[in-house]
Amino acid sequence: MSTTVDARGLSCPQPVLDTLTAIQTTRDNTITVLVDTEASKENVTRAVQGKGWRVSNLEENDGEYSLTLTKS
Amino acid sequence: MKNHFASKWGIIGVGAAIGVLAALLQKLGNPGNMGICVACFERDIAGAFGLHRAGVVQYLRPEIVGFVLGSCGAALAFRDFRPRTGSAPFVRFVLGIFAMIGALVFLGCPWRAMLRLAGGDMNAIFGLLGLIAGVYVGTLFLKNGYNLGPAKKTHPAAGLLISLIMLGFLALALIYPQIEGQPKNDILFYSLKGPGAMHAPFVISLAIGLGVGILAQRSRFCTMGAFRDLILFKQTHLFGGVVALIVAAFLANLAMGQFHAGFAGQPVAHTQGVWNFMGMVLAGLAFALAGGCPGRQLFLAGEGDGDAAVFVFGMIVGAGFAHNFGLASSPKGVGPHGIAAVIIGLIVCLGIGWFMRKQRA
Repeated sequence: MSTTVDARGLSCPQPVLDTLTAIQTTRDNTITVLVDTEASKENVTRAVQGKGWRVSNLEENDGEYSLTLTKS
Repeated sequence: MKNHFASKWGIIGVGAAIGVLAALLQKLGNPGNMGICVACFERDIAGAFGLHRAGVVQYLRPEIVGFVLGSCGAALAFRDFRPRTGSAPFVRFVLGIFAMIGALVFLGCPWRAMLRLAGGDMNAIFGLLGLIAGVYVGTLFLKNGYNLGPAKKTHPAAGLLISLIMLGFLALALIYPQIEGQPKNDILFYSLKGPGAMHAPFVISLAIGLGVGILAQRSRFCTMGAFRDLILFKQTHLFGGVVALIVAAFLANLAMGQFHAGFAGQPVAHTQGVWNFMGMVLAGLAFALAGGCPGRQLFLAGEGDGDAAVFVFGMIVGAGFAHNFGLASSPKGVGPHGIAAVIIGLIVCLGIGWFMRKQRA
């Protein structure tokens, strides 16, 4: 099972807030986060480190990023 | 490609560089403790175009032009240019208006609050505490689902529009430079005395503006975000940048003989602590609801964010209101209607935070 957070188009700090909420509420071991700015990608990556999660996969497609987060 | 500017030492280096460059701009002619002030400089630009007619604050500040163009250039060069718009633009415009009004009751944006502190102006402490209080209230709304909704991709030309406008501003400043002793050159107004008459050489201001724009775009430097992330996520990343700014500006001021500690007689500042505090509560809340400090809004606008561009022009219009209707403070104290404007602004911003919540599933 995987949870998806679609934070595309959302302004700061919404992508991070939504991601951290998902980390707290999900029972899944994998979360996919969709963002569309470089800054959001960096912010989400920074925020999940230290919460026991890491970015295990990163895909870029037409300026949008798909981050796969897994429990480390 | 790894973005080194967005690393811990990257943001600290950028904060330190901004602090030193601001002190240098002051040394080269910008007003006291105003080496860089986004709110003050946008207010001066509003004056340059006659959107308000406060004679002492009229100058087309090239730093602002440089911030946007530097950010735009960096975003294009590093494939970071993302044309987007459509996240409640009118709300952002209103937030921009009240952000400016709050900043002008205090007499400075967060950047200047830190530079004032670094120059020894102790009144800035009330402003910074107000900023933190305003940002704190903003984080409460964020935690409770405040959200202006997503922006959408738009045409590259739409994302470039604010940069083209800034190029236009630059062209006007070059075509209509100040004629010695004249308050107006055909289109642009110029201050003959007061803060608007004090400025570093045009080319140096523009060059430093471009440099800061590039650095801040790459590093995502944000003075409001520094406090927001600390309160909301206990994250110190951006905070490291603002601490570096204050420390570097303080040391540079000491080295250049620009540090003068005290409350009274500080440049472009008043001593009404309560309203220094409350002005920045309003500004901080507006910045938090809009997602960035005024500097960050310029850099976001440069990288194609049309909603940030709307916020920027909200601030410029807000400067017009502030000086036409006696809302802005002066070294004598708050303007005749400044207190009323802060109260109305707080009611409006609290309303925006409260009513624009998305119900969480």
